Amino acid sequence: MATTALSAIPSSDVGHGYTTTGLPHRKVAIWAFIGSECMLFASLISTYLIYKGRSVRGPFPHEPWTDPSTGHVYKAILNIPVTSCSTFVLLMSSLAMVLALAAVENRDKPKVTLGDRILGSSRLWLFMTAVLGATFLGFQAFEFTSFVHEGLSIRTNLFGSSFFTLTGFHGAHVTAGVIWLLTMLAIDFKRGLGPKDALNVDIMALYWHFVDVVWIAIFTLVYLIK
Amino acid sequence: MSADTSHGNSPQAVALEHQLGAEHEHPTWSVYWKVATILTLITVVEVWCYYLPGFVATAFFVPTLLVLSAAKFVIVVMFYMHLKYDHKLFRALFTGPLILAMIAITALLFLFGKLAIRTGLLT
Repeated sequence: MATTALSAIPSSDVGHGYTTTGLPHRKVAIWAFIGSECMLFASLISTYLIYKGRSVRGPFPHEPWTDPSTGHVYKAILNIPVTSCSTFVLLMSSLAMVLALAAVENRDKPKVTLGDRILGSSRLWLFMTAVLGATFLGFQAFEFTSFVHEGLSIRTNLFGSSFFTLTGFHGAHVTAGVIWLLTMLAIDFKRGLGPKDALNVDIMALYWHFVDVVWIAIFTLVYLIK
Repeated sequence: MSADTSHGNSPQAVALEHQLGAEHEHPTWSVYWKVATILTLITVVEVWCYYLPGFVATAFFVPTLLVLSAAKFVIVVMFYMHLKYDHKLFRALFTGPLILAMIAITALLFLFGKLAIRTGLLT
């Protein structure tokens, strides 16, 4: 009986892949990592919130500002329509990610209809997730560039420092996620991902969804709350 | 199969049982699509609230956004990260630091005067 159980676990994992709780240690590790990331982003978010409204000079996030020395009027810096689109893109990337994981888990199941084949294509959904993640980064690059052109850099004021640090750290996480996705996609093209790889894809998916939930918090706290 | 594995006391046997259980309990594709629709609708409502000057001026604006954001956060964690279906150790590993992080943010906001409790007893 135990032999049956052992034979179903990838040989590389036997004796090394599971903790004494019976849980895969890599999955325990990624959850512990995500827990530590919660603390990192909590420190960045709290820094942003503490400095919010304490900038001596503009530009400001939600209201226009006139520079007293030059008379130049700076408009409110945040572009909510653009950020709403990037938020939607990131939410959809999470959907593509779960569909990719489901496709890998169900690789061996028969696919009768065209819909089954589309939903069951891990390559399609991994590619879509990476494209949507890259699109989000494109939105962020556009936003950062336009802010700098409008007079807000990381050195301009407290808002600029805390804003660029917070969203920059998040963007760096998204970039790491996109690289991870592209690596997994390359493996899928090279040898195909099946149920035995589900744990690896699951771990990547957990990281990706965490990046998504962090953005959910940032979108509300930084962009929407005035 | 489950009867076989339930008798195995080795970590690998328990792991297999857990793995199989998790596979059976994961949501279906249709659930994922429904969750995505709900998340999109909540985002639309959030942005809509932002563009209602009358609502922004009220005391309900910030709490409403925080509740909607928290709802999105919980939905993603429960359904997309499968925390609703996974082992409770994973839940503890995530919610423990998350609660600690929220306490830290709240404490810092009080410490730096961003939040205050006005009871009328203090002058």
